[in-house]
Amino acid sequence: MKLSVSIQVNGRTYDREIEPRLLLVHFLRDSIALTGTKIGCDTSQCGACTVLLDDVAVKACTCLAAQADGCSVTTIEGLAPDGRLNALQEAFWTKHGLQCGFCTPGMIFAAQALLRVNGNPSPEQIRHALEGNLCRCTGYQNIVRSVQAAAAAGVR
Amino acid sequence: MYSADFDYHRARSLADAQRLLAAHPGAKLLAGGHSLIPLMKLRLAAPSAVIDIGRIPELRGISRSGDSIRIGALTTHAELAASADLQKSAAALAEAAGLVGDPAVRSRGTIGGNVAHADPASDLPTVLVALDARITAVGPKGERTISADDFFTGIMTTALADDEVVTAIAVPASVRGQGSAYVKFAHPASRYAVIGAAALVSIANNRCSGARVALGGLLPHASRVRSVEKALTGKPLDAAAIEAAAALAQADLGSNVAGDIYASAEYRTAMAPVYVKRAVAAAAARAGLA
Repeated sequence: MKLSVSIQVNGRTYDREIEPRLLLVHFLRDSIALTGTKIGCDTSQCGACTVLLDDVAVKACTCLAAQADGCSVTTIEGLAPDGRLNALQEAFWTKHGLQCGFCTPGMIFAAQALLRVNGNPSPEQIRHALEGNLCRCTGYQNIVRSVQAAAAAGVR
Repeated sequence: MYSADFDYHRARSLADAQRLLAAHPGAKLLAGGHSLIPLMKLRLAAPSAVIDIGRIPELRGISRSGDSIRIGALTTHAELAASADLQKSAAALAEAAGLVGDPAVRSRGTIGGNVAHADPASDLPTVLVALDARITAVGPKGERTISADDFFTGIMTTALADDEVVTAIAVPASVRGQGSAYVKFAHPASRYAVIGAAALVSIANNRCSGARVALGGLLPHASRVRSVEKALTGKPLDAAAIEAAAALAQADLGSNVAGDIYASAEYRTAMAPVYVKRAVAAAAARAGLA
């Protein structure tokens, strides 16, 4: 079976014929060549594939592209369309919230989801909100500092 | 990972979902997808068709109906955790929903999908059994209501028929003198319950006038520990009485406990009374405040 979907990604609409089993993460990476979204564990545990789906942070490895039909997706590419980092990305940059960078797109969206509902999170609340995102480099300390810095800079 | 191939159909209403189920025998229903999609990716499930019920408006939302709280099947864990009504009147359920997976998982996973999937290590079934919840399902023969006690029948097995759709879950709203709580020993990576304990206690004249206590995570399906309930009833809920009653959980578990590479059956059995004790103590504290 082929399925026609229309998914808006970073403000641009993509109409594609897909197999129903195509995952949203593969749609993003393979169908429309936006490889900023990473595939880590592929079992909804590591959070590397986290994107915004209709403004809610979701794991794109556990969502069918068909479920996103007619919806709006934001990927990491959508945050810096002209190559200039947004304030949250800037905070990760200045506070060394990344080393290899593989988890970073997912971390950014998990942090974004937190800051939308809590503009002044405690370190503990940040850790709780990032529970579904694994980082194998930083030991998390600088990621927490990055999110604190973003909050202090007014990111919501 | 790709699942096996399947046909995809999107249901626009409950009637549409039933029509599609009748037309596609062997089809699976898809709501948030956080139980079904992982199973399909691992090829533990390979349905020929998937019917997406995720956009049916009539299956959403939390509302009061008399002395019970009706929760639409598509209500997400995040919505359960954030519901002021549940926090106040079915505290264990809001608490458990807030402990499921992680924020992204809670934003997608639904209560209806959760109960239909019936993962033995899931959180909500344990709470629903303790709270005496009722699950409503609609099939070709009409609507029926199944108590949580009877709904969960085995590992990923329920009383639901293939052609039925879970539409709502109703939990009794707690009254003055009642309190409920859920505590869990979460697996550090998956956040699934290694042990989950839920308790609902009623206090009258400083004594326990009734208790429902359930364990999940270590059994084929969430189940009540009736020896514990019986031992609590009639006692003042002080630390000693709770501890003595909780110890009886081991006898109720018997030889049904499953172990794995992370936690052996012996270890889980030994830890179960500790979590039962914590759940009952937390529920009793809330009952005192109510």
